[in-house]
Amino acid sequence: MSNNSTEKSFLKSLWQTLKKPSVSFSLGALLTAGFFAGIIFWGGFNTAMEMTNTEEFCISCHEMEDNVFAEYQDTIHYANRTGVRATCPDCHVPKEWHYKVARKIQASNELLHKALGSIDTREKFEAKRLQLAQNVWRAMKSTDSRECRNCHDFDSMDFGEQGRRAIKQHSEALDTRATCIDCHKGIAHELPDMHSIDPTAVIGGN
Amino acid sequence: MKPIKYLIILATVAGFAFTLQSPAAELSSLRGTVDIDQDSKSPEMKHYPKDGEPIVRDYVQQPPLVPHSINRYKINLKSNKCLGCHSWKNYRKNDATKISQTHFEDRDANVLANVSARRYFCTQCHVPQANAKPLVENEFKPVIAISGE
Repeated sequence: MSNNSTEKSFLKSLWQTLKKPSVSFSLGALLTAGFFAGIIFWGGFNTAMEMTNTEEFCISCHEMEDNVFAEYQDTIHYANRTGVRATCPDCHVPKEWHYKVARKIQASNELLHKALGSIDTREKFEAKRLQLAQNVWRAMKSTDSRECRNCHDFDSMDFGEQGRRAIKQHSEALDTRATCIDCHKGIAHELPDMHSIDPTAVIGGN
Repeated sequence: MKPIKYLIILATVAGFAFTLQSPAAELSSLRGTVDIDQDSKSPEMKHYPKDGEPIVRDYVQQPPLVPHSINRYKINLKSNKCLGCHSWKNYRKNDATKISQTHFEDRDANVLANVSARRYFCTQCHVPQANAKPLVENEFKPVIAISGE
């Protein structure tokens, strides 16, 4: 009881202090101190956020390293002719700040499932793969494949340099306002079981 | 008598030396004539054409060849990249060749509702073509009925 009341009085006096105008510091000193403190906090926040935007951070969880990262190493976004590599955050984290923060807040759900161990074995991951893939497909569809277009943009695409299949399909996609993920699924990770998506493109159902 | 004896010995030694030397020099395998403890020159990398027109068949019932690169295409129990374009549902949209009707039959000639398991692994028969020189001479010519010449 007494503990509670001292805590209350401490909070009260703190509030009183904060409410009152400063007596000993000039407004200029306060503003300058605030300005530099702001730089440090803002910079620190962004630096900390950027540290979570590295491949190293992504694969510090074995769920990522053993499943999606292992598969990604066999794809064109990992190894290719020109040596340009797109790592995890290039595709999965938006570049623009407010989209990025929104995605980072969403990621707290992923921390929850890390704690719950929702996909901590290969079997559990495979069981959830369809759902997880559809989450990413839905997100990319809704943003018109924004992260793909950081590198692959229709405006800078020379159809003349493409194969005959690509010319036809990209021209059509441009006309029908289709987005990258509509066709390019499973290019950086293994596809989930496609029976529920396109039963004619997989064995079974006889 | 003596000089003849020397001559015979000389001829035998020379002949033996010849048999020791010659096989290594004459024996040529696909690996070339490089000695076993030497590294042979690795053949040039073959590149599959990225994309092309359908390739004309060379004999009756030849499985059509794949006229495009199929690098990193996956065929497994969960998905089949080829059928993503070549299935009967998808071929029109993708302007692809549809898979043959025969691919829906099981080995007892029952017609199934989807691709038969024995026809599911496309690359067992359908292969892409690199511009590779034949390792041995081949004078095969397609029949006129197919080549039209």
